[in-house]
Amino acid sequence: MTIEKTEELLLNMGPQHPSMHGLFRMVVNLEGETVTKLVPKVGYLHRGMEKLAESRTYSQFIPYTDRLDYLASPHNNWAYVLTVEKLMGVEIPERAEYLRVIFGELSRIASHQVCIASTALDMAGWSLWSYAFRDRERICDMYEMTAGSRLTVNNMRIGGMSNEPPAEFWPALQSFLDDTPEMLEEYYGMFFGNEIAQGRLKSVGILSKELAENLSITGPVLRASGVSFDVRKAEPYSIYDRFDFDVPVRTGCDSYDRTIIRMDEIVESIKIIKQAVRDIPEGPIMAKVPKVIKPPVGEVYHRVENPKGELGFYIVSDGTTKPARVRIRPATFINLQMLPIVCLGWKIQDVVAIFATLDAVLGEVDK
Amino acid sequence: METLSKLMKTLDNLFLIIAHFIRGLFADPQSVWANLTMSIINFIIVVVIVVLAALILILLERKVAGWTSQRSGPNRLGPRGWFQTIADALKLMGKEDVTPAGADKFIFKVAPMMIFSLPMMTLAVIPYGNGLAPIDLDLGIFYFLAVGAISTVAFVMAGWGSNNKYSLLGAMRAVAQMISYEIPLIFSLLGVVMITQSFNLGVIVEKQATVPFILLQPLAFVIYIIAGLAECNRAPFDLVEADQEVVAGPFTEYTGLRWGLFFLGEYGNLTAMSALAATVFLGGWQGPAILPGFVWFFMKVGIIIFFSMWVRWTFPRIRIDHLMHLAWKVLLPLSILNIMLTGLGIYIYRLVMGG
Repeated sequence: MTIEKTEELLLNMGPQHPSMHGLFRMVVNLEGETVTKLVPKVGYLHRGMEKLAESRTYSQFIPYTDRLDYLASPHNNWAYVLTVEKLMGVEIPERAEYLRVIFGELSRIASHQVCIASTALDMAGWSLWSYAFRDRERICDMYEMTAGSRLTVNNMRIGGMSNEPPAEFWPALQSFLDDTPEMLEEYYGMFFGNEIAQGRLKSVGILSKELAENLSITGPVLRASGVSFDVRKAEPYSIYDRFDFDVPVRTGCDSYDRTIIRMDEIVESIKIIKQAVRDIPEGPIMAKVPKVIKPPVGEVYHRVENPKGELGFYIVSDGTTKPARVRIRPATFINLQMLPIVCLGWKIQDVVAIFATLDAVLGEVDK
Repeated sequence: METLSKLMKTLDNLFLIIAHFIRGLFADPQSVWANLTMSIINFIIVVVIVVLAALILILLERKVAGWTSQRSGPNRLGPRGWFQTIADALKLMGKEDVTPAGADKFIFKVAPMMIFSLPMMTLAVIPYGNGLAPIDLDLGIFYFLAVGAISTVAFVMAGWGSNNKYSLLGAMRAVAQMISYEIPLIFSLLGVVMITQSFNLGVIVEKQATVPFILLQPLAFVIYIIAGLAECNRAPFDLVEADQEVVAGPFTEYTGLRWGLFFLGEYGNLTAMSALAATVFLGGWQGPAILPGFVWFFMKVGIIIFFSMWVRWTFPRIRIDHLMHLAWKVLLPLSILNIMLTGLGIYIYRLVMGG
């Protein structure tokens, strides 16, 4: 006699899985191909960033922040140095502020390009992937001109910037800015305008406005759910209050809008960079900060709008050269909370697409 | 001019002349031994076609991929990277042959052989030139489709035998997809069969001397190409081996030559699908007499294969429910409509022509 029964398939996706964006792991219960339960398991890439910070001096920790969200490393540098500067009360020169904005927005564009590319790749849109990476290459070249490295840029210092961009940086930046509209049109025409791609993304993985707010989702994922919240506007840091730009909001709440909103944001970033290039003053790029950085006793929290969402650093200083405690509020780690809720009832291939639209970078998720 | 057309005729019949010569070596050209020898030679030729096709197509695919995504593709080994596939094949032979623990060993090992043997069986009935079908079957199309359908079983065997959940998911997808798309595929060919009143592929090609059936059956051709891509598991219908979702589906656990056999089988299937399309819709070996018939045939096959590669590297993968929707709610009704229209056309034609 045979016993016939059906049971759910317990599938372990990741860490070594082609579309897990690094080393993410999730355990999925499948009924056929439909997801009935999803448990994200983070921590495979955990390097103990916060603990490492306690045994490094304030300046020594800057390169480590590059390794958080390694697709937008200038932004992580920026968030960290801003926090330390806030703790020390350092005013930084105007030119350094503008350069920071330029590099921050360039990194936002680069990060969004990777997101668009990998979303396409997770749906087998191979060509768009290489097109987007081709364009991102130009940003990497600009990084290389300035700081010597292409991914972990590490060109911000407590009190300013490490070095001035060379003369060939500015024409390269200008030509990149000029080519962007055409570039975005190409992305749309090649992939997102495609019927199959729209079928894969539209009305898939609905993250309602209420849910997004309750889960403290931030960044483009939140704005694609119809909430207009951007730290650059809500709590302008650095010199963002001087620029004229919009916060793109979409109300589709689905995978499609979560991806397309990144194209809108690239347009806004281009606007900001253009204004920054126009207004940038001459002058020093480094404030007068002591050789040995010893912030006063105290604690501080500062947040910035990382390409993926709100990135915050909380630093407790005990008056020595090393921080007593550093806490990182990563954007995608918190955004990932939506995954087990939103993916329920969708097919396994939609889960891959939904995960791609979150633009998770495991360096930041696992810290 | 006279000599040229004579030369062309000789070239056209080159293989027939060779075959005739070999048969002539036997005392009785129609004896069992002569037939057996010819069968063996035919078999070897078909194997060579499948392997050569795979060798060329893998390189071509990588070149087309490079072309669509603005990179150069393989360009290091040999002139313009032409030897890359050979190097890859050698590399595959050197790989360890792993059978996963808990695998159903027999099924696991038979599946790749089965996948590899199917395109050879299907390609054996294709007329490559005038009278150049290795096996001239009266039920050519019928045989082709019946044998082609077996590949579903091979995929399930690979998926089940591997003892891997991703493979199993891929195998389940293979069953759902291939069985669904078989029906529009078969129905799309029925129109041609109705016009020619024959299942014999040689006859079908001969009837296209004046007009290729793509002009009479454009809808059927489109349905056939879509369903054929789905049957071959080519993008955008490559859900079976979707590497972003089920890693490589049924092939996940395979290594070395067994995996290579899957690859050969996949490209063999693509060739077979394109060869049938060229035979049934594009007029097979028919073409202006400036080139021998088999050259025309392979050019037509090449165009369809290039088209499928182009589609693969530009289209994203379709969603599984949309896939089913397309098969059952779009392609199937359209193919039935095509059959009705063809019947109506034949009826009117007979009324007018008084046939």
